[in-house]
Amino acid sequence: MALLRRSEMVIAGILLLAMVLIGTINPAFWQLDNLFSLMRSNVIIGIMAMGVLLVLISGGIDVSFPAFAVAAMYLTVKGMLLIGYNGVVLPLLAATAIGLLCGAVNGFFVYKFRMIPLIVTLGTSAMVRGFLLGVVGTSMININKMPTALIDFARTDVVSVTKADGSTYGLTAMVLIYVGLALAMHLMLRYTMIGRSAYALGGDPEAARRAGFDLRKTIFFIYCVAGALAGFAGLLHSGMIWLANPRDFVGFELDVIAAVVLGGASIFGGRGTVLGTMLGVFMLVMVKNSLIIMKVDTTWQLVAVGLIVIIATALSAWRDRRQPA
Amino acid sequence: MKAQTTAPTLTVRSLINRDNNIVQLLVMTVLIFAVMTALSPDKFLRYYNFESITYIFPELGLLSIAMMIAMLTGGIDLSVVGVANLSGILAGVLFHKMAGAAGIADTGILVVLLGAVVALGTGLVAGTVNGLLITRLGITPILATLGTGQVFTGLAIVLTGGPAIVGFPTAWAFLGNGKIAGLATPFVLFAAIAALIAFILTRTAFGINLMLIGTNPKAALFAGLKRERMVLHSYMLTGVLASVAGIILSGRTNAAKSDYGNSYLLQAVLIAVLGGTNPAGGKGSVLGITIAVVALMLLSSGFQILRFSNHLIDFIWGGFLLLVIVINAYKNRTR
Amino acid sequence: MSDGLIELRGIRKEFSGVVALDAMSLVIHPGEIHCLAGENGSGKSTVIKIMSGVYAPDGGEVLIDGKPAGPLTPISAIGHGIQVIYQDFSLFGNLTVAENLAMNVHLREKRRLMNWRRTRAIAREAVGRLGVDLDLDATVDSLPTAGKQLVAIARALMSDARLIIMDEPTTALTRKEVETLFRIVRDIQARGIAILFVSHKMREMLEISERMTVIRNGRKVAEGPTADFDEASITRHMTGSDILNEPYVWTPPPGAPPPPRLEVRGLTVPGKCEELDLSIRPGEIVGLSGLLGSGRTDLALALFGMAPRYQGEIRIDGAPVRLRSTQDAIAAGIAYVPEDRLTEGLFLTQSINRNMLATSYERLAPRLVIDRERAETMTQGMIRAMQIATPTGEKPVIQLSGGNQQRVVLARWLLTDARVLILNGPTVGVDVGSKAEIHAKIRELAQAHGLAVLMISDDVLELVQNCNRIVLMHRGRFVDDLSCADATEEMVSDRLKTFT
Repeated sequence: MALLRRSEMVIAGILLLAMVLIGTINPAFWQLDNLFSLMRSNVIIGIMAMGVLLVLISGGIDVSFPAFAVAAMYLTVKGMLLIGYNGVVLPLLAATAIGLLCGAVNGFFVYKFRMIPLIVTLGTSAMVRGFLLGVVGTSMININKMPTALIDFARTDVVSVTKADGSTYGLTAMVLIYVGLALAMHLMLRYTMIGRSAYALGGDPEAARRAGFDLRKTIFFIYCVAGALAGFAGLLHSGMIWLANPRDFVGFELDVIAAVVLGGASIFGGRGTVLGTMLGVFMLVMVKNSLIIMKVDTTWQLVAVGLIVIIATALSAWRDRRQPA
Repeated sequence: MKAQTTAPTLTVRSLINRDNNIVQLLVMTVLIFAVMTALSPDKFLRYYNFESITYIFPELGLLSIAMMIAMLTGGIDLSVVGVANLSGILAGVLFHKMAGAAGIADTGILVVLLGAVVALGTGLVAGTVNGLLITRLGITPILATLGTGQVFTGLAIVLTGGPAIVGFPTAWAFLGNGKIAGLATPFVLFAAIAALIAFILTRTAFGINLMLIGTNPKAALFAGLKRERMVLHSYMLTGVLASVAGIILSGRTNAAKSDYGNSYLLQAVLIAVLGGTNPAGGKGSVLGITIAVVALMLLSSGFQILRFSNHLIDFIWGGFLLLVIVINAYKNRTR
Repeated sequence: MSDGLIELRGIRKEFSGVVALDAMSLVIHPGEIHCLAGENGSGKSTVIKIMSGVYAPDGGEVLIDGKPAGPLTPISAIGHGIQVIYQDFSLFGNLTVAENLAMNVHLREKRRLMNWRRTRAIAREAVGRLGVDLDLDATVDSLPTAGKQLVAIARALMSDARLIIMDEPTTALTRKEVETLFRIVRDIQARGIAILFVSHKMREMLEISERMTVIRNGRKVAEGPTADFDEASITRHMTGSDILNEPYVWTPPPGAPPPPRLEVRGLTVPGKCEELDLSIRPGEIVGLSGLLGSGRTDLALALFGMAPRYQGEIRIDGAPVRLRSTQDAIAAGIAYVPEDRLTEGLFLTQSINRNMLATSYERLAPRLVIDRERAETMTQGMIRAMQIATPTGEKPVIQLSGGNQQRVVLARWLLTDARVLILNGPTVGVDVGSKAEIHAKIRELAQAHGLAVLMISDDVLELVQNCNRIVLMHRGRFVDDLSCADATEEMVSDRLKTFT
């Protein structure tokens, strides 16, 4: 545990250093509205990262959650328009449930057929996206059609500040949802047996089986939670951007996985913490945002994220190999 | 695959004995063929349909072979599509820079050759980067290639600034569109390269070493195999194959784009697994991949004739991948 | 007859048509130390897995406290007080000692929540029961092997075990650690807990157990108080035949003694071994023993090019060589047969031919393409010369017996024209029958090919019988150089015991 705490300190240190650096290059970074918008950008990727963290801890990998997120989002919004329902809680539950069901399919294939999770999730991802675009529809649902309740909900601010010129900006309340979910995930990982079973599975699957863990339950739980979080985040995302785009979240898996690995989760399973992941998410979002602030052409973003993945995984591999085997 | 000491002649019987998987693949191909024929005999059986398949499948087939080679050592290469696109784009950028007054189409053969060298070189460099990240830095192949794939695609976007590079020399287009002795050029290229790779994998020390390393990396170390070098070379080969796919793709469509063939990644993984490659390493054959890619192309073209959208076909591919997992699981259970 | 704590009656178990156990019977009484002896592949591990509920038997029944237990599951077996300590300990290296110790208690109580304070309390109690000192907050990965084993034992004790099954518990331990282990085992027994000690090391079995069951080919062949057995009778039961062994005599050819094949001067691997001098003449078989961590494996690895930063001089047939990689070592004519055949030696799913040729492919393909005719001649010749029981070289090695598999590994090195052969535990996990044949093969190779053989082993008898010299290592240095003409097994064992 000491080591994990230390690696979180390292991440936090690097994060601070990067903030100081970026702030020096462009003092606009430290302005409250920039910080608020930065935190806002953490929400969706952060919620999904919680699911990916769980999967990585268990020694698996998931590239299907963006597809689940977009499916949950689009199907729910479509459904709301179809029956003319305008609300928040039920739709969020529905989106979560859709994500959970998709996740259950992943869990089923990973557990039942002992197939490499990457290949399973590649398959389910293609199926879900193909189904969404091929059967449900390809047209975006714009602000003029989006259910107003969702938009109003996602607009809630915790604090709002009025600028000198009269315009206002605030910190979105969605941050509270993110922090709440992260806290729940932390408590789950640390203080429940199912959470510990994820670590056990990632540490040594054979030992976990012998110890009497119900691995079927664990694997289903892991992939269901990852799917459910993705579904929830998907719908929340559409409320926050006032748009439901069935082609959304393409390539998003990389951002999230990068953030989680950046946050100190082991690429070999068995290690990772919520706090580290939150730091990793913040770092990734900050770097991406700062590229814009620092007037770096947006086309470089992919390159930057790719490089971050490579550097983060190289560091993770280097750290984990130094451990006595 | 275990051919190195049996009689060199490939009889059908020895083929069956050696690899059950090949027979199953052939049966599946025939089945797909029969079903598609039954569903729309007048359209599916037309010569044009099969000819167009011989133009389309080689690029995917090459990417699948590339994927299989990465899987032989228990790895995977998720950057193949990025490498293919970047190769095409770099060649395209070169042609546009060097195009004379005559226009792109009439670029001289020497420049086209230079373009090919640039494209293949891109694949080689990309593969080397992957290989070094995996062997030297010890990054898991999934994450290393996921990251580099993003970098390659990102560089492609930077180079093109978003839209595609359109317009390639005629000689280049020949690689993707032309005919050699009545056969589609891509098909001829594929056949030649597939045969070469099959030869490399079964008849050279490099190929067999890859199988051994994939079967048991630790034993490979104690047997004195040059593990790191072999794995590095396998990713270099993977990169080069991906760039050939990129050349054919840009030649066929007369354009290079950063997000071309995104669904190819899934399909390449699917074909590799369907073709009998063990994603955990140590087993895989070019013949299996070839039959698998043809089978799935027939399937895809059949669905296209039935007016299924591309998205639905993606859905079917994904479903097929899961189905293959189920079938493999049951096959292994009865053994 | 009093009821056994656990009794297997007429157990049958098949794996896809292959019979692993047939009419297997075994009774363990409360509070006894029982030994289950058998060669590798005799069905020992299947017995363990049936008793612990991992496998369901295909026939027969399991009785616990004299009553049929019904179908056992891993959980219900634990509920009956049956605990297994596997060879790999089945611990979670990424978790702390405390959590590892408490995990089973939580699981048994079907807890949903993880109470960390209770976890520490359980862990402290576990460590206290065992009377050892362990850092509860250390991750298990950071412990040495013996420490891991202590954690595994402490964990088993915490589960209110009535029977603790130990699967080859001494394999990775030094002699001193084995003694500590035996003390703990007796201590556990004093509390009325039965121990099933599964092993193939005869001396240890005779030393620790009270009763013994010997199995061969999935059947019980002998049972009784340990006092009724001796090494010869156990061997006879385990193999079904008597093994005769003649000591190996190396006679230098007449005239001047031949120059050494392998000569090592002042070999030092920092932190591992220091100032080693060794020379082995053609045809000599030199035994090397010492405790685990004495540096013996480090010496072997350095000779095989896996410690590129060594200092000192290594000569092969008088010519100095510098070994920076395994390839250098192979080129110099040095071969190394690793300790763990299955994970380090073989490509299990690949054919015999490929396994034999693994190291030779580069040489067989001077112009890229493999010379298949020559490959075929080489493998066919080797299958004959090594008497490997197989109809074809295309058979995957996974289908061969342990003895045949070891011959495949030896054949691989003979094909490289090795001149120096380093064997690390050449017959670990090889059944007693094949053991003798492999020994005979090694002797024959040493003499016929003039190989210089360095045989590293824990099995002192193996060394005394097959080597003409034995060197003992301790703390990275050679401490003894004994001629086998006047060394006895007892002498060497006693000497090893003095090392701490």
